[in-house]
Amino acid sequence: MLRDITLGQYYQADSLLHRLDCRVKLVGTLLFIISLFVVDNFPGYALAAVFLAVCIRLSKVPFRFMVKGMKAIVFLMLFAVVFNLFLTPGTPVVEFWKLKITREGIEMAVKMAVRLTMLIIGSSLMTLTTTPNLLTDGLESLLNPLKKLKVPVHEVAMMMSIALRFIPILLEETDKIMKAQIARGADFESGSLIRRAKAMVPLLVPLFIAAFRRANDLAMAMEARCYRGGEGRTKMKPLVYGKRDFVAYGVLASYLAAAVVIGRVLPI
Amino acid sequence: MNIIETSHLSYDYIRHDEEGNVEGTTRAVSDVTLSVKPGQFIAILGHNGSGKSTLAKHINALLLPSEGTVFVDGMDTREEGHLWDVRQTAGMVFQNPDNQIIGQVVEEDVGFGPENMGVPTKEIWERVEESLKAVGMYAYRKYSPNKLSGGQKQRVSIAGVLAMHPKCIVLDEPTAMLDPNGRKEVIRAARALNEVEGVTILLITHYMEEVIHADTVLVMDEGRVVMQGTPREVFSRVEQLRQLRLDVPQVTLLAYELQKSGLPLPDGILTADELTAELTALREKQERKAKKEKACH
Repeated sequence: MLRDITLGQYYQADSLLHRLDCRVKLVGTLLFIISLFVVDNFPGYALAAVFLAVCIRLSKVPFRFMVKGMKAIVFLMLFAVVFNLFLTPGTPVVEFWKLKITREGIEMAVKMAVRLTMLIIGSSLMTLTTTPNLLTDGLESLLNPLKKLKVPVHEVAMMMSIALRFIPILLEETDKIMKAQIARGADFESGSLIRRAKAMVPLLVPLFIAAFRRANDLAMAMEARCYRGGEGRTKMKPLVYGKRDFVAYGVLASYLAAAVVIGRVLPI
Repeated sequence: MNIIETSHLSYDYIRHDEEGNVEGTTRAVSDVTLSVKPGQFIAILGHNGSGKSTLAKHINALLLPSEGTVFVDGMDTREEGHLWDVRQTAGMVFQNPDNQIIGQVVEEDVGFGPENMGVPTKEIWERVEESLKAVGMYAYRKYSPNKLSGGQKQRVSIAGVLAMHPKCIVLDEPTAMLDPNGRKEVIRAARALNEVEGVTILLITHYMEEVIHADTVLVMDEGRVVMQGTPREVFSRVEQLRQLRLDVPQVTLLAYELQKSGLPLPDGILTADELTAELTALREKQERKAKKEKACH
């Protein structure tokens, strides 16, 4: 069962968005998020919503997958909305006891909700259409200039991809250790939270030991295969921009320009 | 020229006590002199702690000798300038298949070695294709390693080494964690590489059945090479192998017991086919003898 888990939330499909260079998607998501916070009026949000809707359509990913991501942040969203609703000063609309809801408060709360929703959907769209592997590659390539500042970009990217490779293995191992201990009478499921946390300790110790042993073996195997850092390394799957990627950058730039003009400059 | 040449190689592990102070040393390999010619299939046997893995790690320059020298294809492993050439010449496959696969897709893992060596992209793809085909894993090139069986994973590891175009591959107990089918797969792949591509193979194992096809078998005990010869020569010394806590293949053992109880069989029978042939020949001989006796009477 644990063998089949997928990391991230990649949705396998063959669409324009899937085929775009991962760097375009990373930059695009970043620009989209920026645009959401630059825009400050409802026509601007409408534009962003249309842009997002077109992207979702192009991605061929069913909409319910995007909404899945929303569940995780329902609480955060509620917080943001409630605080904005009650704590924004301005002309009061409803007043009871010590709390008052202001016109400005309502506007802020609605804007915040719209922003957060689109932010989450926009970023899940990226993770849904890009494999974790490509995401790591794209990040490494985009952050490459930081190497001049002695930031170990290649090393961090390598660590991320190794982590991705080993998470399912370690999960499987946890499962095995857990079953072995349950078979000998360990109880992970009942009792108070503290008791349950305590029961996890005998699980963590063998897991850590196994992880360190694996790390040691892996380091040796990598060395045996001539791994010596990013220097002088070639790529089996280099990232190459195609025509459609440049077109996509063009579309992104025009979207950002339009968002700034409609959302900020034009007085409505 | 010999591809691997060790002379009076010794290696000491340093023991530490609980505070990390040096307590003493343990000699893991002691005074091993060995020479391997290109294209040979060498098997190294020994029970746990006999120093066979330590010896293997010297050939890949993962360990450097405490005393003596190791030359790989004419290069001294102690010279730092040669380090990466040595590792490329003598590839290494380890015991645990999960702990040596780096890529998240089979083909990416096979490409890892060539990437490290700075091979151009187009050539990496050619090497990956040819290596995966050589071990019969080409059909699985797009799979995640997590979905493969142990034997398949180990074959991917061999392909990963093969893509670096080594002259010699050291397999350090590659079958210890596999089921019998996986073991067969891996050994078959290793033998094919040796016979078809002419790659020198150094197979370290404690399964006797895997070494009967080797050109030379070395038996190690307490860091020393105690027996050396063809599989037939080594396995004809059943008593000595037993003293070294090694099992002989069952067929060999059966032949040995039969021989001890009086059947005139030759020494060091290695396969079931061989034993059947010998026994049939023996029976025919006896039948002929019986017939002759009948005819005389």
